[in-house]
Amino acid sequence: MAVPAPILRMNGIGKQFPGVKALDGVDFRLLPGEVHALMGENGAGKSTLIKVLTGVYDIDAGEIELEGRRVAFSSPLAAQQAGISTVYQEVNLCTNLSVAENIFIGREPRRLGRIQWTTMRRRAAEILARLDLYIDVSAPLASYSLAIQQMVAIARAVDVDAKVLILDEPTSSLDAGEVAQLFRVMRRLKDQGIAILFVSHFLDQIYEISDRMTVLRNGKLVGEYLTRELGQVDLIGKMIGRELADLESLEGRPLARQSAPLVEAADLGRAGSVRPFTLTIHEGEVVGLAGLLGSGRTEVARLLFGADHAGSGSVKIGGEPVSLRTPRAAVRRKLAFCSENRRAEGLIPDLTVRENLVLALQAARGWTRPIPRRRQDELADKYIAALNIRPADPDQLIRNLSGGNQQKVLLARWLIMEPRLLILDEPTRGIDVGAKAEIQRLVAELSDGGMAVLFISAELEEVLRLSHKVGVLRDRRLVAELDNDEGLTTDTLTETIASGARS
Amino acid sequence: MTSTTGPLAGRRTLPRKYIPVLVTAALFMAMFVAGGIRYDGFATGQIILNVFIDNAFLLVVAVGMAFVILTGGIDLSVGSVVALATMISAVLLQHGWPAYAVIALVLAIGAVLGLGMGAIIHYFEIQPFIVTLAGMFLARGLCYTIGTDSISIEDATFTAFAQSRIELGGGMWVSPSVLITAVVVLAAAYVLHYTRLGRNVYATGGSEQSALLMGLPVARTKIAVYTISGFCSALGGLLLSFYMLSGYGLHAVGMELDAIAAVVIGGTLLTGGTGYLLGTVLGVLVLGLIQTIISFEGTLSSWWTKIFIGLLLFAFILLQRLIGARRR
Amino acid sequence: MSRFLRHRLFWPAVILAALLLLNLVFTDHFFSVEIKDGHLYGSLVDIVRFGAPLILVALGMTLVIATGGIDLSVGSVVAISGALACLRISDLGDQNSTGGVLGAVVLALALSLVLGAWNGFLVAGIGIQPIIATLILMVAGRGLAQLVTDGQIITVNSSPYKLIGGGYWLTLPFGIIIVAAVLALTAFLTRRLALGLLIESVGGNAEASRLAGISARGVLMMVYAFCGLCAGVAGLMISSNVSSADGNNAGLWIELDAILAVVIGGTPLAGGRFSLSGTVLGALIIQTLTTTIYSIGVPPETTLLFKALVVTIVCLLQSPAFREKVFHRRGRPTSARPAAEEKATVTA
Repeated sequence: MAVPAPILRMNGIGKQFPGVKALDGVDFRLLPGEVHALMGENGAGKSTLIKVLTGVYDIDAGEIELEGRRVAFSSPLAAQQAGISTVYQEVNLCTNLSVAENIFIGREPRRLGRIQWTTMRRRAAEILARLDLYIDVSAPLASYSLAIQQMVAIARAVDVDAKVLILDEPTSSLDAGEVAQLFRVMRRLKDQGIAILFVSHFLDQIYEISDRMTVLRNGKLVGEYLTRELGQVDLIGKMIGRELADLESLEGRPLARQSAPLVEAADLGRAGSVRPFTLTIHEGEVVGLAGLLGSGRTEVARLLFGADHAGSGSVKIGGEPVSLRTPRAAVRRKLAFCSENRRAEGLIPDLTVRENLVLALQAARGWTRPIPRRRQDELADKYIAALNIRPADPDQLIRNLSGGNQQKVLLARWLIMEPRLLILDEPTRGIDVGAKAEIQRLVAELSDGGMAVLFISAELEEVLRLSHKVGVLRDRRLVAELDNDEGLTTDTLTETIASGARS
Repeated sequence: MTSTTGPLAGRRTLPRKYIPVLVTAALFMAMFVAGGIRYDGFATGQIILNVFIDNAFLLVVAVGMAFVILTGGIDLSVGSVVALATMISAVLLQHGWPAYAVIALVLAIGAVLGLGMGAIIHYFEIQPFIVTLAGMFLARGLCYTIGTDSISIEDATFTAFAQSRIELGGGMWVSPSVLITAVVVLAAAYVLHYTRLGRNVYATGGSEQSALLMGLPVARTKIAVYTISGFCSALGGLLLSFYMLSGYGLHAVGMELDAIAAVVIGGTLLTGGTGYLLGTVLGVLVLGLIQTIISFEGTLSSWWTKIFIGLLLFAFILLQRLIGARRR
Repeated sequence: MSRFLRHRLFWPAVILAALLLLNLVFTDHFFSVEIKDGHLYGSLVDIVRFGAPLILVALGMTLVIATGGIDLSVGSVVAISGALACLRISDLGDQNSTGGVLGAVVLALALSLVLGAWNGFLVAGIGIQPIIATLILMVAGRGLAQLVTDGQIITVNSSPYKLIGGGYWLTLPFGIIIVAAVLALTAFLTRRLALGLLIESVGGNAEASRLAGISARGVLMMVYAFCGLCAGVAGLMISSNVSSADGNNAGLWIELDAILAVVIGGTPLAGGRFSLSGTVLGALIIQTLTTTIYSIGVPPETTLLFKALVVTIVCLLQSPAFREKVFHRRGRPTSARPAAEEKATVTA
């Protein structure tokens, strides 16, 4: 197959941060009409490369050519004007404005300075229709799911005559159907000759959509490969520099021992959130929750933790009826909850790693009984070492850590509490393969040690690998509870999720 | 279709964005009706017009404040700029300047003050609360530097503005200030809804970072809103000098708080990005109606007036909160 | 050195020093402190003594601002507290009875605490935006204070009461002792005990704090109540100093000075990290400014202009963006510089 001339070429890119060589002589090229995956663990230099390309950072060495001309962008705006549009994981739109405005703001159709609202809405609807999206464009963006917001961001990016479209982890908060829709859109754009740079932690998605991939490790180029010629295991080997043994070792979990029920929820429900459900979690048991985004997975977790008030039903812990009206009450009953939304519901960005670590413990003790500084340091050192948190500096502000390390700190916050039930909502989302394996191994260890875990994940394989029992949610209803035996595979799970819709 | 509010009716119940304004409007009506039942001669059109007449300057100031708050900022300098405007007008008129030259100069001064504050806020990244607080000291300080006594205005043009009545038929009338105010409100509503500047104001208030990444002129927008607020304050000051026919450094003390309260009562969030100008108008009307009710009550001493205003403000915000919460 | 220069209290400290030095030029022996009749005297002592109420109000305000809130009502609470205490004392048969004065003081402080808790209730319980929630008490409280004094100025003649704002104890002005005690108490509650961590956590991310098991409502209630209490003490001090209560003017606009002090001291209005020492420094700057205005003979009409000027300078110097734009412009022709600067930022 003849390779067309690259639309974008980066040669010998180097970027130095204090103490770190973020990029070291990286070459990268992007062909028109291809989906090119940029692969690597967190800290491999993916986001730095993207930021260098889009003018967020300037480069220390190397050169960038767009359509054969040497370029250096001073800002994301300049890059965008040159035809390089970026859609980030966190949607960078104004959710208070309408969908149509988000597509057109800054270049609204006007007559004599007056914005032509009707024209704008019509054209917005047309653009979205081309992406197979039929929604009310006059409604505020905030009233739509993250997936749709993402599509709107793409619609905006593409409509400004993009030659290169960078999608930085666009799928991390989408469910399977939405991902499929996104991929349809990507294929259509690809056919129009747009070069797409795609970053994702989901290997299946990479293999489904990408034509070619570039692998980075520790700021250096490992190589460029055709996707169909590089197997998954080889890819991971190239990304982390070692074999996949870590992940494999978890296969073949023993089935749940029959132990005493720890948490028994009976007809627990909340109007508008999740239909009443009954769920029993035994000591030392890992219960997985599977279902599409918005199926009520998170809502089940929040009800069990008292983050939302339950409208109906009751909860027993250790056989004793309890009232979980607030997270505080749940913590007192030795429940713990790691939210899926790290930034909004987990981190206190201005505080240090140590302070974030001891927060739940301090809250439980009350402000009149401070944790002695020496004890805080012990705890911090212990968990930084145990969970391999990097940088290993307890006085670093947590907002300076990478996503995976932030997640480990939040996990440690709850492990310190020695909970009886640990609720993990998407603990491995948006973090790299290495950290993911560490967290999975930890969950297995904790459950072997007698802790019950409620494990929520969009990745069915992960759920299957860890859980003794899987609860399936569909349309805000718990539709099935399946034992994880030989017969349960991702296919049967997918089927259950899908068939739930028909019932 | 839009009225289904069942528990699982999906995330879109349409008029949600209008609720705060509707609640304010309903409560205003309720207050008006309650006043009409309690006092004779209350429930007339002229009472509402009088609220406009007595609060025209506040309304103009609140319009400027609404622009600032919609971007997520705040402007504490407005009361002082109003006072400064009355002071400069009075002094210049005393020195025999022509009225229209005075008006132009005062408006320009207000706009320039706002421009300066906006530039400092944006380029030096200092919190608006603090910059406009310094602006408040500055403008008030300029007032006292010009003079510490009240200076009366005897200029013919100003007096004409103060004393003419525009008959609306049926015995109802408004002052010229009300017409000026109406023009300002309509112009501002047009700018907010139908121009790029207006939409950029909402976008900046929604998420400044996103607005920047989308390539919007955030700097220009932020500086523009403070300029608009400064201009509106100066215009409010002129309307106040028509109303009081005097310039005084102690005019409009605390007016910034009235303006902020009006904007917030009108359903605009202090965090920016959401709210309508109509709400601000209603907010000013509510504050004005409270004053009117108190004047109808008649026997209140000045401290009971303050307590009463506080209580009504509390009752109002509480109701707004309860009604808003139930709809959510 | 660069570490020292980049300390967040460096520029406020420079401003304070500059203001004090300016005074030295205009007033001889400005820095001299002496003991006369067993009492500590001197201009520096006066600055702390007169600044005491502002420091107190600003300390309470610091905690409120750290939670991401603001309290506009402190000025009214100052007035109410002074008015109530003076009213009770003026009703006493013997205005010099220590017990009676103590009762009045306790009553006034209890009311201040309740008023603060009321603000906390509006913010935490009902969920009203703090600026509006406290605006209610700011407006109504002024009326309450006048109601207490019946619109008059209540004058008292009570030597135990006079002690609070104007007296001396162990050679030190009593006001300074109170400030030191409240500062020590605040520092103890927030830094020795864990209240500070919880406040910074709630101010940094309220929802995450709730999910970590922190009772954000409890923290907010406590902080607003504490702020009310601080304002109450300040109110006693102000009215005791002049032996009278003026419901109309006592503590007028002190909330703005207090907020200013907090911000000059480096606590961001958005909440999160706070600095008590910074707030004290900020309050001292504002008080020194007032003293300076008198000592260098700025005409009273232009005091506000002068204040605006100094506030602007302090804030500009505090702003990293300003320092970057103004101080770094000259020596930056090469492109190698920015990387070096970035490095310096991180090591600082």
